[in-house]
Parts: sequence; C-alpha cells; structure tokens
Amino acid sequence: MIPTIPQSRSFRLIYGSYVLLFFLYLALPLTVVAVFAFNDSQFPSLPWEGFTWNWFFGDERPQIGVFHERGILRAVGTSAFVAMCVALLSVCVGTTNAFLFNRYEFRGKGLLYVLMLLPLVIPGIVLGISILVFSSTLANGIWDLAQMDIQALRPGLLLVILGQFSFITTIATLVITARLQKFDRTLEEAALNLGATRLTAVRTITIPFLMPAMIGAVVVAFLMSFENFNTTLMLVGSDAPLTIAMFDRLKEGSTPLLNAVSLLLMLGSSLLALVVILFQRR
Amino acid sequence: MRAHTRIGFILLLTPLVLWLGLLIIIPHIDMFLISIRERISFGVYETSLAQYEKALTEPLYLRTFWRTAVMSVLATAITLVIAFPVSYYIAKMAKGRLQQVLFMLCLIPFYVSELVRTFGWMILLRETGLVSNLLQWAGLADQPVEMLYNDAAMMVGLVYTSMLFMVVPLVTTLESLDDSVIEAGYDLGGSGLSVLREIIIPHAMPGIVSGCIVVFMLSLGNYLTPTMLGGKDSLWFTEMIYNQFIVRSNWELGAAFGFMLLVLSSVIVWGMLRLTGRTLQETMG
Repeated sequence: MIPTIPQSRSFRLIYGSYVLLFFLYLALPLTVVAVFAFNDSQFPSLPWEGFTWNWFFGDERPQIGVFHERGILRAVGTSAFVAMCVALLSVCVGTTNAFLFNRYEFRGKGLLYVLMLLPLVIPGIVLGISILVFSSTLANGIWDLAQMDIQALRPGLLLVILGQFSFITTIATLVITARLQKFDRTLEEAALNLGATRLTAVRTITIPFLMPAMIGAVVVAFLMSFENFNTTLMLVGSDAPLTIAMFDRLKEGSTPLLNAVSLLLMLGSSLLALVVILFQRR
Repeated sequence: MRAHTRIGFILLLTPLVLWLGLLIIIPHIDMFLISIRERISFGVYETSLAQYEKALTEPLYLRTFWRTAVMSVLATAITLVIAFPVSYYIAKMAKGRLQQVLFMLCLIPFYVSELVRTFGWMILLRETGLVSNLLQWAGLADQPVEMLYNDAAMMVGLVYTSMLFMVVPLVTTLESLDDSVIEAGYDLGGSGLSVLREIIIPHAMPGIVSGCIVVFMLSLGNYLTPTMLGGKDSLWFTEMIYNQFIVRSNWELGAAFGFMLLVLSSVIVWGMLRLTGRTLQETMG
C-alpha cells in the first residue's frame, strides 16, 4: 500500500475519497460557524436571511456586533491577561526545568521526571477541583489563625492562572527540553575558555539558541490558556474569561454574535500558529 | 558537586518543586483528605468512607461512572479506526507538498477552541440545523429532525475533538517506517492485509499507544461535549463532579468523584502501558 506497489484503480479511488471525506468532516463545523457569522438573522441557522457585517460592527439592537458588545470585549481582555501571565510563568519554569533535567544528575531524577509529566494525564477538571480544594483549605486555615480573609485564594483570576499554569508548564518543559538536548555543549565550554562566567555563557550562547523553542512555547502556552475550558470552569470567579463567557451565552441560546466571536478566534489563532511555523522555519 | 553548581542546582530545583508540590501533589492529597471525611454537623467532620460508599451504592453514580468509562473507550477506538487510514495516507501515500498541506489541514481545527468546534456541531445537528434541512430538502424527512442531545451526537463531537491527538503520533511513527520494508513484505508474498497486520501495525504501535492514551484521557475528562451535545441520558462523570462542587456545594462527595475519575484514568493508562511494555517517559516525553 505504498505508491510503488500497484493497487487496483477502485481501491485507490475508495481510499482517496475516504481521505477526502475525512477532511470534509474536519472542515464542516468550522466552516458552518464561520459562514453563519454573516447571517442577517437572530439565529445561527437556516434560513439564510442575507449577508451582513452587523454581527461584527453593528451598534444597534437587536444586532450588536462583537466590537460594541462590552461583555465579550471584557472577556477577551480577561482571557488575554490570563494567557499572558500563564505563558510567561510557564515558559520561565519550563526553561529552568529543562536546564535541571538536561544538566544535572541527581538521585530521584527519574521520579521527578515522571512527576513532571503527570499533569498531562490528570483530567483538567480534577486538576481544577484539587487546586480549588487546596486553596480554600489554605484560606480557611489563614482565617482561623489570623482572622484574615485572603480574597486571592477564593475562585478568581489568580486561581485560574495557577490552574492553567499547573499543566501548561509540562508542555513548555517538553518543548524547551527537546531543543536543549540538541545544543552542542562545546559551544558553552568555548565561551568559558574565552573567559566568560557561567552565567554569561548561558545568557549569550545557550539562551539565544533556545529562543525559537521558548517563543514557540510562549505561543503554544498562550493558545492553550486562551482556549482552556475544563480547569478554568472550576476555578473561575466573577471575571469570566472568553471561553466561559461564551459557554454561558451558548447555554442561553445563541445568536450569530457567537459565530462572529468564533470566527475572530479562528483567525487570531491561525495567525498565531502561522507566526510560530514561520518562525521555526527560519 | 562544587559550591556554585550546588547553588545552581538548588535554584533550578526550587521552581520545579514549588510547582509540583503546591499545585499538583499537595492539592491532590488535600482532595483525598476531603473525600474521606463526613460532615457531622456545622464545622464538625469525621473521617469515614461514607462518600465512597455513597458513590458506589447509588445506582445513578455508579452507572454514570461505568458509562463514562465505556463510552470513552469506545470514542478512543472509533478515533483510532478513523484516524489510522488517514494517517497512513498522509505518512506514506502523499508526497512532498501535498503531504505537508494535508498534515497542516489536520492541525488547523485544533488551534480553535473546543467551544467553537462544539458550537459548529450544534449548528449542524440541531432541529433547525443544516443536516435536518438537508434531509428535508432531499425528501428523506418530512419534518425537522432533532439530531442533537443523544449519544451519537456526543460521540461525533468526542471523536472530532480529539482527532488531532491520534493523527499526529500516528503520522510521526508511520513516517519512520521505511518503504523498502513494506516492499519486502510484498516481495515475500504477503498480501495487503498481512503486510498491514505483520509490518505496519506493529511498527505503528508506539504511536497507537500514545494516541490512544491521550484521546482516552481527553474523552474521559471532557465536560463541554457531553454537556452541549449529549442528552439527558448522556450524563458524563465530569458533569457530576461539577454539579457536586459548584451547584450543590457538596465538596466531600465531589472530591470522592474526582478521586474516582483520577484512579480510573490512571488504571487505564497504566494498563495500556503495561500491555504494550512501554513507559510514560517514552510515550509522553
């Protein structure tokens, strides 16, 4: 079943159309979401009432577009803020982890490595509730001890950031470790021979080498955080990130406004993904 | 270790230990401790297995637990069956540019939020949706057909959502299979089927295992798809966790549920690794 082995015409035809069907299946939901963002109707469904930009730019009821809808815009801001924090934190910790696993031999390294991978195989909801439980235990403990109410430990943005950080760090670590393993240590030794201190050598030689992976990890972490739903759902307070805000609206019934937001999300994330790919190519 | 490498070691170890300790290990221990206590009266708790007893004797809870497990296994199997031929096509049949483009096309949907993907299926499948209209137009149905809110719709959504995590590992392992090995199989008289069984599938095993583990985990832990696409009977275990925690504020029972889900997923992942003789490091790292 490779091109050099002759296959019957009908087999190739069936195989080819199966693959084609598969890609249709992949594209269908997204296409539908995108197309109905332009439907001049209150519902993202047939019949087609004509083309409109109102779900993006409209500023009159009943068709208030994305760019005039306060709730959605605020949710986008919240998501961007959370994603930025998560991306920076997880790439910092991911980098130190990569150096730790790459440069040091110590007892318990294997165990720590497995523990580091663990967040990937814990369901997101369980991660969320365990952090929720622990932070409220902490908050209650502090209250009992000092009568101080630490709002930050109650459901809210800090917990959302920590919850997402807890598993995105694993991914950042894996991405950066993969690149660090390809690094030629003799380059660093040459810098040391030329009189650089350890820190200078790492800063001027190793970190620039790691930069593509670090930037890639920032973007991946940003996207994963922006899209995260399960962990966020358990930890969210009054400021809802975009996915939660959209979920709440979707439960109440949808208007093409949600399609418009979704289309913008698609464009945004494909743009980011494209940037990463181009960056990695160079 | 010399003094300065020792300091460096400690500096690098600290963030890792803080992260794993404060956000993963201690919270899970705390969750376990909450799950084994019982509320006697206001602010008074007693250690007991009452929550687990309740979870294991209440038919609804138990049924949902097993249903979620079985449906996740089923979703994983369906994903594998659908993804394998496509991955093989991308890895072995398509060449050059086409190969890259097809692979990219597989990735794109997954840069988009799961919510958007689920929303897409809702637009397609609901009573006023496209499929219903298409069926009426074709004369196959004489009134709107509701295709949402049942197990089949949920399955479609689950398979769709985790497809990427099956395709990528499969394509990666299949690409590393040398064409000449397949040709040798044919030269030695193998048929298409026996080459597939004796050469291609054994070679792809690492990819199959890691794909299956990730897809299974994602299905088991999914909340959005069962909630939005599933019906009244398609209650998912994660929905029960959410209900106990957020709606009913019964954290003890919710924590017990969470722990059961964790144990279930660990047992299945461990079992799959054992069956195929692989380690977590090889599969995930």
